[in-house]
Amino acid sequence: MEAWFALLVGIFFSVAVYLMLSKFIIRVLLGVAVLGNGVNLLIFTGGRLTREVPPIIPEGAESLAAPAANALPQALILTAIVISFSFFAFLLVLSWRAYSDLATDNTDEMRVAEPADEPLPPLGY
Amino acid sequence: MAASISPFVDVSAALVSAPPTAAEWLVILPVAWCLAIGALLVMLRRRIGIHPAIAIIGLAGLVLIDGLLLKAVAENGPLTMVMGRWLPPFGIAFTADLTGTLFAFAAALVALVAGVFSLADINDSGRRYGFYPLLMLLMAGVSGAFLTGDIFNLYVWFEVLLISSFGLLVLGSEPEQIDGTVKYGFLNLVATTLFLIATGYLYAVFGTLNMADIATRAEALRDSAPLMTLTGLFMLAFAMKAAAFPVNFWLPASYHTPRVAVSALFAGLLTKVGIYALVRVMVMLFPVEREELSFILAVAGALTMIVGVLGALAQTDFRRILGYLIVSGIGSMLAGIAVGGPGGIGGAIFYALHSMLVMTGLYFASGIAMRLGASSSIAALAGLYRRHVGFAALTLMLCFAVSGLPPFSGFWPKVMLVKAALDIGAWWLAAALLLAGFLTMIVTGRVFLLVFWREAAHADGEAVSLSPAAFGPLAVLTGLTLLIGLYPEPLLAIIQDAAAGLAEPSAYVNSVFPEGGPR
Repeated sequence: MEAWFALLVGIFFSVAVYLMLSKFIIRVLLGVAVLGNGVNLLIFTGGRLTREVPPIIPEGAESLAAPAANALPQALILTAIVISFSFFAFLLVLSWRAYSDLATDNTDEMRVAEPADEPLPPLGY
Repeated sequence: MAASISPFVDVSAALVSAPPTAAEWLVILPVAWCLAIGALLVMLRRRIGIHPAIAIIGLAGLVLIDGLLLKAVAENGPLTMVMGRWLPPFGIAFTADLTGTLFAFAAALVALVAGVFSLADINDSGRRYGFYPLLMLLMAGVSGAFLTGDIFNLYVWFEVLLISSFGLLVLGSEPEQIDGTVKYGFLNLVATTLFLIATGYLYAVFGTLNMADIATRAEALRDSAPLMTLTGLFMLAFAMKAAAFPVNFWLPASYHTPRVAVSALFAGLLTKVGIYALVRVMVMLFPVEREELSFILAVAGALTMIVGVLGALAQTDFRRILGYLIVSGIGSMLAGIAVGGPGGIGGAIFYALHSMLVMTGLYFASGIAMRLGASSSIAALAGLYRRHVGFAALTLMLCFAVSGLPPFSGFWPKVMLVKAALDIGAWWLAAALLLAGFLTMIVTGRVFLLVFWREAAHADGEAVSLSPAAFGPLAVLTGLTLLIGLYPEPLLAIIQDAAAGLAEPSAYVNSVFPEGGPR
C-alpha cells in the first residue's frame, strides 16, 4: 500500500515541478497547489497506512499490541493544509494583481523591479 | 464486555505536575507578547494615530523580555516549557538555549530600531494597510522560530513570518513591489515546502519531532536510516531561505522594492532565520552528516560570497547593492558552518549577529540618502558629505564594518572564520573570505566616493533637515557596531558558550528531559 502511495507522491511532485518550471504565473500557481497536496500525501504515507488495526491500546497494556497507523501525521497535515491554502489564496490574489498591473503573466517579461536595460554604474569619478 | 473497560485512563504520568516557574514563562513570553500586541493593533485598526506608540512600546517590551531571557539562560543554562503540560516529546516544547536567545535578542533590537525608523518612513496609508500589526506578527514568527524546540513548530513559525513578510513587502502596491513580491513569494513558498517535505521524512524516520529527542536518537539510527538524504534536504531548504548561491535570486529581486523600514527589517531578520535553522539542524541534530556535507557547504559558501559581492559591484541602485551585500555575508556564515568546530560555528553566529546590525544600519543609511538626494541611484546621488557630515561619518563607519575592517564588529567574526578555515587547511576558503572582504571594500568605497564625496553638479539651495526618528536608529546601530568592535570580549564569551552548547547538546537535552533521556 505504501509503495503505491510513494509512487503517487512521486507523480504529484513531478507534475508540480514541471508546472513550476513554466514561465507563466498561472501554471506556477497550479504547480504550487499540486506540490502542497503532494507533500500532504507524503506526510500521510509517512505515518504508515494500516487501515485494519485501530490505534487503541488494550487495557492493562502500556503500548499498542500491533503496529497501527500513526495519528499524528494527520494532525500535521491539517496544519499544512490550512497554511498551504492561505498561501495559495494570497498568491492567487497577488498573481491577479501582477497580471492587471504589469499587463503580463510571463515572468520573463516582469522586469519592473529589475530593469533589463539598466545603465552601468559610474566607472569613473 | 463494555463493563470491563474502565472509561478513566490515568494520564498523569504523561503530564507535567509542577506549575511552570516564572523563568519558564519567559520562554514563551516573546511570542505571546508579540501576538497580543499585534492583536491589539488589529482591534484598533481605525485609530492609526496611536499605532506607532503602541508598537514601539511593544517592541521595547520585547527587547526587555528577550534581555531577561538571555540573562536567565546565560546563568542557568537552557530553559524549556512544554505546551499543554504534556511531557515532551508529546507536548510541543519551547526550548531557549544561548544560540536561540542571542538571535532573538538581536532580532528584537533590530525590530525596535526599525520601529523607530518607521516613524519617519511609513506614512498614513502604510499605517492604514497595517504596517504595525504585520510588524508585530513578523516578530512573533521570528521569536517563535528562534525559541521553539520542535521541528514542525519551527515550520509553522517560518510560515507565520513568511505571510507577515508578504504583507509588509506589498505594502504600498507599487508595480515594482508587486513584481518583487511575486518572485519573493513563489520562491520562498517553494523553500518552506521543501522544509516541510524534509520534516515529513524526518517524522517517518524518527517518529518524533522534538529536537532534543531527535538529537539523542540520531546516533542509533545512523546505520539504518537515510539521514544523509534528510540532512541534504534540510540544507537545501534552509540555504534557500538564507539566500545562498545558487538559490539566492529571490533576494536581490525583491529587497529593494518595499519601504526602507521594511527592507531594513528584512535585511536584519529573514535570512538570519534561515542561517539559524541551518545551524540548529546541521550542527546540533546531525553533526556527522554536517561533517560529510561540509565540502559542498564550503563551496556554496565561497561562491555565495564572491557572486554576491560581484553582483553588488555591477549595480547602480543603492538598495540593490545592499541586497547583494547581504547575499555575500550569508556566504561567510555558510563557510563558518562548513568549517565547524568552536571557531567556525562561533564565527558564523558572530557574523550573523554583526550582519543583523550592520545591514539594517546600511539600509537606514540608504533610505536617508534617498530622502536627501531624491534618488536611489548612485549615479545621481552626490555631495551628501558637504550637506551632512555627521550622516556621512556614520555611513562610513558602517561601510568599514561591513567590509570587515577594524575597529568595527565585522572584524572579529572574519578573524575567527579565517583562522578556523586555516586551522583545517582550507586555505582556499580563507582566501575567498579575504577576497570577498576586499571586494566589499571596493563596493562600499565606491558608494561612499560617489554618493558622499563627489561634488554635486548643481548646488541645492534648500537644506533638507534630518528627522531624529531617521537619524537616531542609524546612530544607535553604528554605536553598537563600534562598541562590539572595540570591546568584543563579553559577546565573544557568550558566543563561545553558545557554540559549545550546540556541539555538545547535553544541557539542551537535559533541559527538555530532566530525568535523563526520553522514556
